[in-house]
This record gives sequence, C-alpha cells and structure tokens, in this order.
Amino acid sequence: MLKNKSLISPADFSIEQIEEVLELAEQIILNPGSYSDLCKGKLLASLFYEPSTRTKFSFDAAMERLGGSTVGFDDPMTSSMAKGETIADSARTVSQYADLIVVRHPKEGTARLMSQYAACPVINAGDGGHHHPTQTLTDLLTIRHYKGSFNGLTVGVCGDLMFGRTIHSLVTCLSRYAGVRFLFISPAELKMPAYVKQELDKKGIPYLETDDLELAMPKLSILYMSRVQRERFISEEEYLRLKDFFILTKLKMALAKSDMIVMHPLPRVNEIAVEVDDDPRAVYFEQVRLGMFVRMALILKLLGLDKFGA
Amino acid sequence: MINVSKLKEGIVIDHISAGNGYKMFQQLGLDKLEDVVVLMRNVDSTKMGKKDLIKIETDLELNFDVLGLIDPNVTISYIKDGHRVEKVKLSPPKSVRGILVCKNPRCITNQEHIENGMFYLVDESSNEYACEYCDARTRL
Repeated sequence: MLKNKSLISPADFSIEQIEEVLELAEQIILNPGSYSDLCKGKLLASLFYEPSTRTKFSFDAAMERLGGSTVGFDDPMTSSMAKGETIADSARTVSQYADLIVVRHPKEGTARLMSQYAACPVINAGDGGHHHPTQTLTDLLTIRHYKGSFNGLTVGVCGDLMFGRTIHSLVTCLSRYAGVRFLFISPAELKMPAYVKQELDKKGIPYLETDDLELAMPKLSILYMSRVQRERFISEEEYLRLKDFFILTKLKMALAKSDMIVMHPLPRVNEIAVEVDDDPRAVYFEQVRLGMFVRMALILKLLGLDKFGA
Repeated sequence: MINVSKLKEGIVIDHISAGNGYKMFQQLGLDKLEDVVVLMRNVDSTKMGKKDLIKIETDLELNFDVLGLIDPNVTISYIKDGHRVEKVKLSPPKSVRGILVCKNPRCITNQEHIENGMFYLVDESSNEYACEYCDARTRL
C-alpha cells in the first residue's frame, strides 16, 4: 500500500513497492486513455526552489495526463520563501490546498523535512546532490521495459561516477536484484565513491573499475552514460580536461551487443555523439517519455487512485 | 600521585578513554552543578594504559545517550553508603535527537536552524551517526 506515503529516497520503497509502481506504469503505457481522468479534481503543488525545466515538465505533464491540475512556482523569489517563511510552514500551508507536493530544493534533506510537516504526500524531485528518486524510478522502468527484468544484467555506468547522484541511487537500487554485476567506467579522478563500493562488497555483488570504454562495450547489457558536470569542479582547467574523456560514437557502438541499450539522464553535452541518436539501442529520449509514465503511476499510487484505472 | 577520597554517595564514571573525560564533563553540564565533581585525567590504568574518571557527589540523572555517544565503553557505578549498588554498561544509542548537529553546510537543517534533528547510528566501530535529513555522517 503506497497511499499517503512520501517518496524522499529510493530506499523508502521496498522492491515490491517499486515493482507495483513499475507495473502500473507499464499498464498506463499500454492503455493511457483509461487513466486520463483519474486525477480529476486533484491538485499537485510543484515547488521548485531551483529551476529544473525537465523535471517540472515531466511532473506537470504526468498530472495533466491524469486529468489533474498543478499549481506552484519555479522561481523561489516569487514564493513566500523570499519573505523568510520556513520550509516547515510552507509545507503546512501548501498542503492545505494541494493533494500532493512535489519539491525540488538546492539544500539536502529539504523534501524529508517537508514530508514531516505536510498533511499530504511529498515527492522529492531532487534535493541538492542528495536524492532524486523519480529519476531512479525512470531508470528502473526503462530497464524493465527493454530488458523484461533486472536479474542477471551487466550494467556499465560511465562518466562522472563521483558526483553523479542518479548513478549512485541506480547502482544502490539495482544491487537489490539477483545476479546483477557492474562495470564502473570513469577517469581515475571521477571514480565511484567508496561508500557505494562498500555496500556492493557487503552484498557480495561483483564490480570492475576501468577507464577503457571500448574494452567494456562487448560485455554490457546496459550502458548508462552521464555528463561531467561543470558546477562540480573548482578548476575550469580540470573540467575541460575531463569533460570529453569518454565520447560514445558509432564506432564504439559497433563493439556492443545487438540488444544492449544506452541510457542517459539528460541533458547530454558531448558524451554521446549525435550520430548515435539514430541507433535503435539509444533509448535516452524514450527514457524521458517513460519518466512521465512512471511519475503518472507514482502519483496514482500515492493518491490511492490506482485501483480505478483500466 | 593525586589521591581523591572514596565516594560515599554519588556516581563514578570509570574507564573513560583518555581525552573523553572533559568532553563528558562539558556535555553533561557538570560545571553547572553545585555539588562536588571531580574530573581526573590521564589516570594510570592496567587495562587501558591511561584513562579518565569522573566522580560526582550527587544522585544526578545522567543522560546515557550523551555518554554512549561520546564513549560507549565507560562503566557507570552508583554509590550508596560507600558501596556500589548498581553498575551500568553502556552501548551506543541506535538513534539520538537534539544532541548532535549536522556539520554538512549543504544540509537544510543549517538553513532552517533545526536543532532537534534525529541521527541514526551507522557505524558502531567509529561511533558515527547519520543525519536523518541529508545522511551526512558525524559524531560527537
């Protein structure tokens, strides 16, 4: 039962609860019309204390496609926060109007704090460099959609593994499934943090670290590419040196299996050449669409409206 | 060698790792007590080499969470009529509220001035606790 629960960290949901959401998302993909007015009369408040057009669009589109409405802001200077209102008071106030709150905030832990004071469920749409659980659900749905299950997959994650929070969450989530193994492909300066690897060691999950993308390509069921983020570097020189360390090209794609898929949380910069976009194995734009469906499923589950569809 | 007379009534906190005695003294607010309090530092110990020791001549209600956070290996003895009537062994608390503060500058607790946040024990060997909001690790 997910009704009235909040989703702050991917670990808030059990494997079974995640499966419930993913299964509902697949049902919506098959028959979106059956779900188009389930949220009629329901209001989603999207509180974006920092801009994130992509995530906000995805939530807004999800709610609209369920027949619900959205209110909110994407500029904190237009909110009561500019007048000095606390997060706790904002949560109490907004939840008097809305049935569900989606919050993005640059400070870590804001969504958790909000969920403690709101009278309705809260979804974390990103709290600084901490969690972004609906991106993780999007990634999981994409894998399930293309691969059928999570068991026995060889997952390559490539790029900035040190600061990439979506990658940390995805690896942690996938490590709960049987037979999954990982290839961590990064320059030495951006390796996977020790705490993620320690968790894998504890569970006995095999992983290898390499800086050779070409060598890794033939082994992979999934290649998850990520962007090297400029804002994480103090030195511009260091950023420029590392940003083009890995570029996925047609030539490298030729080394991969025919059923491998390439994912990316987007936006991309240079790490995937445009020439790869036409490859049927490049699913990163489809991943965006699936992200909307998984958010539709999540909204229905948290509002307890999922039983009325289809 | 400094000698401190035997306690008749009160509490002895023994086997404090050398250096932690003053921390406990501060955290328990013993400087505010009207009663006799003795903090002995760097006392010779056959088991520990050096240890700290606190004697309090009162029946103060101790905050075991604070003590467990600082040093879970201490021994607490309650003394009555010159005899030990109760001995307490500590273990680090699984969670604490209102004692630790998050040191992560990116944590919302530092913007909202939240001082009663919960912290969960994540590593018993290092006595590290994680902030309920941002998961950053800290210890007292």
